[in-house]
Amino acid sequence: MKQKTRADKRKGALGQLMIPLIALGILLLFNLIRDPRFYAISVATNNSGNPVLTGNLISIIDSASELAIIAMGMTLVTAACGGQDISVGAVGTISGTIFVKVLKAFPAINIGTVLLAALACCLVTILFMSFNGTLVSVFRIQPMIATLILFSCGRSIAYWIVGSATPQIDSPIISAMGMTIPGIPIPTPVFGVLLVGLLLAAVFRFTTLRLYTETVGVNEGAARLNGINPVLVKMGSFVILGICVAAAGIIGTSRMGQVSLKTLLVDIEMDAILAVAIGGNSLGGGRFRIIGSVLGAYIIQMLTTTLLAMRVDPVDIKAYKAVVIIVIVVAGSPVVKRELVRLWSLLRQRVLPAKGVK
Amino acid sequence: MQGEPVLTMRGICKQFPGTKALDHVDFTLRSGEIHALMGENGAGKSTLIKVLTGVHEKDSGSIHISGIEGEARIHSPQDAQNAGISTVYQEITLCPNLTVAENMFIGRTDGALVRWKEMEKKAEAILNSLGIPARARQELGSCSLAVQQMVAIARAVDMNCKVLILDEPTSSLDEKEVEMLFGLMRDLKNRGVGIIFVTHFLEQVYAVSDRITVLRNGELVGEYLAGELPQVSLVAKMMGKSLDDMGGLEALGQKRAPGEDPVFEADGLASTECRPFDFHIRKGEVNGFTGLLGSGRSESVRAIFGADRVTGGRVRVKGRNVRIASPHDAMKHGIGYLPEDRKRDGIIADLSVRDNIILALQVMRGFFRPMRRSEMEAFADEYVAALNIKTASKDTPVGSLSGGNQQKVILARWLLTHPDYLILDEPTRGIDVGTKLEIQKLVLKLSQEDMSVTFISSEIEEMLRTCSRLIVMRDRNIVGELTGSRLTQAEVMKTIAGGER
Repeated sequence: MKQKTRADKRKGALGQLMIPLIALGILLLFNLIRDPRFYAISVATNNSGNPVLTGNLISIIDSASELAIIAMGMTLVTAACGGQDISVGAVGTISGTIFVKVLKAFPAINIGTVLLAALACCLVTILFMSFNGTLVSVFRIQPMIATLILFSCGRSIAYWIVGSATPQIDSPIISAMGMTIPGIPIPTPVFGVLLVGLLLAAVFRFTTLRLYTETVGVNEGAARLNGINPVLVKMGSFVILGICVAAAGIIGTSRMGQVSLKTLLVDIEMDAILAVAIGGNSLGGGRFRIIGSVLGAYIIQMLTTTLLAMRVDPVDIKAYKAVVIIVIVVAGSPVVKRELVRLWSLLRQRVLPAKGVK
Repeated sequence: MQGEPVLTMRGICKQFPGTKALDHVDFTLRSGEIHALMGENGAGKSTLIKVLTGVHEKDSGSIHISGIEGEARIHSPQDAQNAGISTVYQEITLCPNLTVAENMFIGRTDGALVRWKEMEKKAEAILNSLGIPARARQELGSCSLAVQQMVAIARAVDMNCKVLILDEPTSSLDEKEVEMLFGLMRDLKNRGVGIIFVTHFLEQVYAVSDRITVLRNGELVGEYLAGELPQVSLVAKMMGKSLDDMGGLEALGQKRAPGEDPVFEADGLASTECRPFDFHIRKGEVNGFTGLLGSGRSESVRAIFGADRVTGGRVRVKGRNVRIASPHDAMKHGIGYLPEDRKRDGIIADLSVRDNIILALQVMRGFFRPMRRSEMEAFADEYVAALNIKTASKDTPVGSLSGGNQQKVILARWLLTHPDYLILDEPTRGIDVGTKLEIQKLVLKLSQEDMSVTFISSEIEEMLRTCSRLIVMRDRNIVGELTGSRLTQAEVMKTIAGGER
């Protein structure tokens, strides 16, 4: 009985991650066959003379950082509200401008001012996300409609904050945050993902957030009758998404050493939703796995990098990406899943009796 | 004025996946009569109406309508309309932002052109002839609900109608408005319209109906003249009991004499869904709310638990004044609540049996004090064993369990919180007989262990077996309380019916 329980658990855990893991596997295999040099990792020296790791894999996990972080927050909002926030890119840009603005207010950039600026970013994004959260949880507006407001005006707000100039922030600290810390050859944004992931893991470990979020996502009315306040849970998910968005904005800005309203985190909302879906999470809310969404983010980035490595014209990349994504999403759809389960059991019926004869 | 049959339905059958909604039901409506269609929820009333109005196709049986040769073919609401069958539903289905005249003629003008003047004149004439206090050019939304309802009827009647179906037309009206509506109904009846009247309110049935047809579990119980069917017999027929069916109730366990100390008291407690009522329960007492479905019993216990917005009244728990404004407040004061609709309000279908069991206790412990995994497993093991929950594993999503086992999971959830007062609203609905008995036994056992329980069930025997006090409700009011030797089916039905008639 105990063993069966464990087997069930493993099946449940793998069930959801099956599609993203297979997709990742196929991508890895494809690149291996196409050109094993794709996986080459070498040590190079950067402009300031420090050793850094370079290679496609490094570039994938580095460039996917912002997406992975936002996808984590998006997973929570999706689970609790059964809908997605499409304002993350715009609000992330606001976070970037606040970061620059606060740093520019001080004569020098040091650890203290950077922390202060980061804190300001978090407060501002939490404020904006609470606006979304209020519309969704209190006024029960469809999340996509509610967040459409900031989606359309977020970058204008960022423009009001920073003005037409694109101020540079030139400092070793900033480049350490956006690229690499001297002495550590792994890009810093990767540690950002790790940090946010660990923070979330700690929240799940020391609070009942996961149980509450899933309960509200599955059955809001029943959650209320069991003493859970769905409004607070939904607001909470938006606040956490706010922190993720702040982090993504800071990383993106540090990476470029400036805030560029037109390109910072552009189109990231759609990729983040896609990452959540590829990760096997139901976009209708309920049970969720953050790790699935993170895998989804890396799959999306891997796809882009693979296509670039194949010298596909950057203009055409989106079209190729779309084709692959259609395949992944359809493979993960309930209809295909059901058919796969049916085929699998048919196959087992054919194979098992044969074994019995042996 | 009562005359020839205008509508004859014979041997109507309708099967839905899993249930037989109508099983060879006959129904006859004569011209110039008001015919009440009675039965508890799920008895098949609405299915019969929907078959008649073309919303559902019947599986077998025949429908004849006077003036139509052979069998009437009703495959869509439009067919029903053409055959002279009009329906006015519970919720008003008109457009409040249009005028009364527009509402009466919307979708019925020939071609695209509307002759407004003529339409208004016609509307005015109909309103006058039926004595409806509304003007043709008035915006419908500015009329009272009763008048809106009457406009809906006027619209229906104008469509050359022989059969008028009124589905719960009075549920949102006050007494005066109901009287107004009844006036209109009698008027139409005198004009020879046959009216099918569906309602939960017994008093109203006797106020206007000539004949009563009773359905139960999709089967026809019988057709009666209203004057010849005492109210108490009507209740008995709706519940499927005969009046002298009182014996044969063996006790499942010992009912205990309740303690002295009241665990929960309410004075004039009211919510958005229920009228003010007084209530108390003592330590170790098992009491129950009874009444027909829709009599307000579920709404009352929801008010106790803070599930609906409380609008008034005072509440004491163990003698102390407290405020219960939400389920969370109620839980803090040791109250548990198993809701009536298990699927909608009870289970968290996608979550595991384990998560469903520990949910309420976890919420009571608080957001920052999550249970250890080992503790969860231990609790789940304990209650899966204690309540004999049949599940493949504790990780199985609760939605894939059978109804009875789902109910046990929710029971486990509340037992785990060790409440002082547990409210069970229809814990035995839709589950197998064995589990029903288990749950009743459990209630008696809990009461021996000093827990106070409010037990609500549509099965009166279950309540008589377990409760030492029954609170009887009718039309959203408490109309009586039965204890001791008065705890018999006959007394319950008499009280529900409001005395002999």
